[in-house]
Amino acid sequence: MAQIMGKQSIKFDTRVGILNSASIVSKKEGEGPLGELFDVICEDPIFGCESWEEAESTLQKEAVTLVLGKARLEKENIRYLFAGDLLGQTIASSFGLLDFNIPLFGVYGACSTCGEALSLGAMAIAGGFADHVVAVTSSHFASAEKQFRFPLEYGNQRPLSASWTVTGSGAFVLSKEYSDIQITGITPGKIVDYGVKDSLNMGACMAPAATDTIFQSLSDFDYLPDEYDKIITGDLGYVGQEILIKLLKEKGYDISKQHMDCGIEIFDQDNQDTHAGGSGCGCSAVTLSAYILKQLQNKMWKKVLFVPTGALLSTISYNEGKSVPGIAHAVIIENITM
Amino acid sequence: MNEKEKQERNQQYNQYIKQVTPTHNLAANMCRAFIIGGIICVIGQAIMNYCKSLGMDKDTQGAWTSLILVLAAVVLTGFNIYPSLVKFGGAGALVPITGFANSVAAPAIEYKKEGQVFGIGCKIFTIAGPVILYGIFTSWVLGLLYYILRVIGVI
Repeated sequence: MAQIMGKQSIKFDTRVGILNSASIVSKKEGEGPLGELFDVICEDPIFGCESWEEAESTLQKEAVTLVLGKARLEKENIRYLFAGDLLGQTIASSFGLLDFNIPLFGVYGACSTCGEALSLGAMAIAGGFADHVVAVTSSHFASAEKQFRFPLEYGNQRPLSASWTVTGSGAFVLSKEYSDIQITGITPGKIVDYGVKDSLNMGACMAPAATDTIFQSLSDFDYLPDEYDKIITGDLGYVGQEILIKLLKEKGYDISKQHMDCGIEIFDQDNQDTHAGGSGCGCSAVTLSAYILKQLQNKMWKKVLFVPTGALLSTISYNEGKSVPGIAHAVIIENITM
Repeated sequence: MNEKEKQERNQQYNQYIKQVTPTHNLAANMCRAFIIGGIICVIGQAIMNYCKSLGMDKDTQGAWTSLILVLAAVVLTGFNIYPSLVKFGGAGALVPITGFANSVAAPAIEYKKEGQVFGIGCKIFTIAGPVILYGIFTSWVLGLLYYILRVIGVI
């Protein structure tokens, strides 16, 4: 069977199982609507470390340790790691995963990294290049603020369109072994730039990219939105959600019934002061692990399109007056027993 | 899609997102800024009056007032209370000298981990730097202007 679908998608004809997953978050996420679903909630936002960067590394380390334990695998069983985060030169992954001694592919797709890591991991499994791989991504509110915005103690007013970086890490074991939950296809996304320059309105920056990827995925596989129980974006937030649904409607697909956004799900907008919603590559990862995969496992949903979204900017590109391009990677995840 | 069409699409999109992006209520923000800014100024005046009652001259009064306000803002920054004041009061808490103190103390705390020289030393003025640079530059320009006007006998 042809695995190459349409313009940019892949339909795996070999099994890619999501054997197990793990999520670890901090206090604020634990107090959110998904609170009781996470594996570990750490009350100390710095995780007993010296710096925020170390704290984020610890998040990844703990997430991988946890998922290996849950899947009853030793680190020697894992052939490759696909990992990424939001920090410069992805130092959270480099320092967090150092001690595992597993060959590493470091990936960066801003907040879409979870989708990118899962896609590459799935391709490695489907291609027969590995029997088990781990995909892991993380983000930390404090290290992201420090990297992209202001020091934490600096007083400023966040606009209502701004999102709140999720402190958390999600890890996934992909395997050629059987699992009810499998990745059956992917649509890697293109860089899409609609010339938005407001880096505090990430939803508007990324919505065109999500639109492009979802549209392409649906047409490559020749599906209607009804094919999926949910079409789940990473961190478009309230502003981005509205834009995405409108843009896709203009292209002929109405996803208003199926659409869900991890950034909207993870926080309670009214009580947690998170404005447009959660963001970061930990946001989609922990929501996938704690909520989406569980819904699939419990047969509440059969098939979902998981589309983490990323804003490809740095403080340098922003200061030099560049716009904020977006990217989104789609992963089809289904419970094959239904 | 050619360049022109792309520009048109981007322009339309930017106009559209302006409509759907929620913004803070300007009137409410100004009102809160007035309250917080006003409170800070009242505290400053109270310190000044107290200094006056101790018999200090005007310059000394001003110096003590600034010193105490700056110290208070730095302490509140250290306890992570000042950001909440700004979140509520906006420019009312940013513009007074206390906001300036906050913008210097915050990076000092945040970048301490990166060392005394490359951390605190290099980055302490990342936010306040422009204010200092252009503040000094502006006073230099004004000074020069004043000097020239003096020389040609206008003043």
